[in-house]
Amino acid sequence: MTRWLPTLLLTLAPAAVADTRSFVDRPDLPAEAVQSGSAFLTAETRALQADDFANPGYLWVERGRELFGSGEKACSSCHQADTLAGAAAHYPQYDAAAGALLNLEARINRCRQSHQALPPLAYEAEELLALTAYVATLSQGQAITVAIGGAAAPYFQQGRAYYFQRRGQLNLACNQCHDDHWGKQLRGDTISQGQPNAWPAYRLEWQTFGSLHRRIRDCDAGVRAEPQASGSEIYTSLELYLAWRARGLSLESPGIRR
Amino acid sequence: MLLSQLAQASDSLPPLAQVDASPAQGERIFVAREAGHCVLCHQVQGLDAPFQGNLGPDLSGVGSRLSAGQIRLRIVDAARLNPDTIMPPYYRSEGLTQVAAAYHGRTVLSAEQIEHLVAWLATLEQPDG
Repeated sequence: MTRWLPTLLLTLAPAAVADTRSFVDRPDLPAEAVQSGSAFLTAETRALQADDFANPGYLWVERGRELFGSGEKACSSCHQADTLAGAAAHYPQYDAAAGALLNLEARINRCRQSHQALPPLAYEAEELLALTAYVATLSQGQAITVAIGGAAAPYFQQGRAYYFQRRGQLNLACNQCHDDHWGKQLRGDTISQGQPNAWPAYRLEWQTFGSLHRRIRDCDAGVRAEPQASGSEIYTSLELYLAWRARGLSLESPGIRR
Repeated sequence: MLLSQLAQASDSLPPLAQVDASPAQGERIFVAREAGHCVLCHQVQGLDAPFQGNLGPDLSGVGSRLSAGQIRLRIVDAARLNPDTIMPPYYRSEGLTQVAAAYHGRTVLSAEQIEHLVAWLATLEQPDG
């Protein structure tokens, strides 16, 4: 009997060991499985998003268009709108001058500071949402493609690690719902793949327009984890991982989401 | 102690609290959003709750398949059986990451709530046919 004891103790030991491990050794969602969040909406919500006149997100797009062309030194004084077609589909992007990974919101704020002598806008400010929505809309229908090599690589790894890390009182990692169980029902809702291609978006639950980072904060809060700050490096890194994971999906902003 | 008994012991847990466990209260905890809200992921045939989820296993008749102790362990911390499980730990406050301040040091359910829940689930018998 005694010779069994060490084995038994080993067998029982996992009960006492924390399982907050990361699933970072797990495979990524295969590219052929990738589906936009639109696929998990009701037909009515999809129709609402597709109708430029009914989609409330266009209120922000229109406001963004005005802002883009206004001010002492307008965005449009450097950027012809058509030269920005496709740009948003390649963000987040490492910026050597900034020495940091920038998403679209951060890119716009860098421009304000470096080229327009304007203060940066607060992350969830209506004006920043509007400008981001407008610039994103210029890339509507373009395939999401981001660079993850070189200086972007450490951010990518950090974002991927966040995605596969269990967290919160509910001890859940993003991949457990959005890779392993998408398509299943959480009561009346179908779990999506957590794709970022429609953001910024109008969220029905908020009854307003918001950023991807705000949406991710809700996911973290949903598993009872302390959310990170919107615009933080960690969320921008996660955004890079999500954009890479969404590679090939069409940019849909302004989306409508539950 | 025989090996089989030890194996069984690691697959189940004794009661967490001395409580007059009430299946009716357990059923409420299973459904209520502000309590367990187990229907978010699980179904039970005949339960009065619309849109039951299907992320986790169907629990109809679970009392015929698992003992009360086995059900309890799976609610307390199913990761002890399967480290990859998506089932959250409902009675654990240690070894977690980035827990929101409001939930620090607290378990999702209380020992009493889990005892009510176990009492109700243990009554669920395999439906005929």
